[in-house]
Amino acid sequence: MAQQKIYIRFLDEVGATTRFVLRFFHELIKPRQEYNEFFRQCYWIGYKSLPLVGITALIMGLVLTIQSRPTLVEFGAQALLPAMVSVSLVREISPVITALICAGKIGSGIGAELGSMRVTEQIDAMDVSGTNPFKYLIVTRVMATTLMLPVLSNLSNAIGLYGGYLGVSIRGHVSWHLYWTQVFNALSFGDVIPSLIKTFFFGFAIGIIGCYKGYHSSKGTEGVGRSANSAVVVASLLIFIIDLIAVQITDLLGLT
Amino acid sequence: MNDEAIIDVRHLYKSFGDNHVLRDFSMTLAPAENLAVLGKSGSGKSVLIKCIVRLLPLDQGSIEVLHEDVGALDLDQLDELRARVGFLFQSNALYDSMTVRENLEFSLRRHWNAAQRKRGADAAVLEALTDVGLAHTVDMTPAELSGGMRKRIALARTLILRPSIILYDEPTTGLDPITSREISQLIVSVQQKYKTASIIISHDMHCIDITANRVIMLIDGKSYANDTYANLRKSADARIQEFFD
Repeated sequence: MAQQKIYIRFLDEVGATTRFVLRFFHELIKPRQEYNEFFRQCYWIGYKSLPLVGITALIMGLVLTIQSRPTLVEFGAQALLPAMVSVSLVREISPVITALICAGKIGSGIGAELGSMRVTEQIDAMDVSGTNPFKYLIVTRVMATTLMLPVLSNLSNAIGLYGGYLGVSIRGHVSWHLYWTQVFNALSFGDVIPSLIKTFFFGFAIGIIGCYKGYHSSKGTEGVGRSANSAVVVASLLIFIIDLIAVQITDLLGLT
Repeated sequence: MNDEAIIDVRHLYKSFGDNHVLRDFSMTLAPAENLAVLGKSGSGKSVLIKCIVRLLPLDQGSIEVLHEDVGALDLDQLDELRARVGFLFQSNALYDSMTVRENLEFSLRRHWNAAQRKRGADAAVLEALTDVGLAHTVDMTPAELSGGMRKRIALARTLILRPSIILYDEPTTGLDPITSREISQLIVSVQQKYKTASIIISHDMHCIDITANRVIMLIDGKSYANDTYANLRKSADARIQEFFD
């Protein structure tokens, strides 16, 4: 009986989330876009996340290079180090780590902000003034995360690759020019484009889950905390699921 | 139904699980009337006005506001109707990330076009703030205001769209007696200036005495009594007298 209740609650949640996503697309195509709020969200989500994403990417590139070097040296393949680092970073590590950082920072932020607006009746106040809070709060935030995550991921790629250069330079003597030549020779559009496309989906997942959890927050301050927390957990899980699906599709298309 | 009424609630039922809050509740509101709904905490007063603007769905019954069936409207029609019905929340519900000016202008964004806003928003904001005596707070944020000031700003935000009806949810809760009286008098002056009709949800007897033309007592989910404040005060009914003791 208890198990049945869990299934029903799970299906309820899936149904409500699906309705929420459908409403997002419905509101997105309706006229009167909230451009000011959209650009404000892009600033907060994109620009304000850049330092954290940048520092993480730099460390990621550096650590990946330092840790990979001994194994490659063992096989006499240290010349492949820039190529290995670039493919690893661009294809998988950088988009996923950037998305997970954003799920933590942005997803929880959106969940908590909208959750506190819900419990202090600010969303109801927008509703009763006939302002359509969904359009103002949800559409702008989801669009901002969807469009800013690819930008952050690309910047993370660039900074991570620079970290890789620092890692190579610590123990070896590879010139700046040679490093980047090897990096770009190793990369193809088949590496960059699928990786770029999946970051749009990561951004959408982070935005829509953060908004859904915050918008449907209840039970006061405890509910706000719970919304923020579950926004991060569900978005992180979705990132891995989307990544798995993206890898399968890329594989089917022969882009691996 | 009553053709004169601008709010007509008929046989309203609303439950939350096993908690039957409203049971066959009916009421009307006439133009330019101040109606107080009095009841104990948890009696369903706030639920009633949230049903009137469809913040909560009805279980049974019907509500007509300004001669439109609230339950039958689509979201765009509902937005249009809501612009004509102001709502003052118990918690004020000011947007805390915005200044007072932005709080007031926010309501205009859906109902005025860009040219109208550019031409008239400043004047509308100033007039609404002047009505509540707080024109000097225009660039302050809600965090910088006292409880009474926030209540006035929330009322100014409601007034900016010139609603025909204002719903007040516990307008004096949490305020000191002096500020409470000021807010009550403000409600009366707004009604006299703009000829708005109001529903005032409260259990503050002083506020009801100052503001209400008529009082409905909400007991056991129904309209238990419906009369003027003075007549109810004289009633011999023990359940009514509980509120005056």
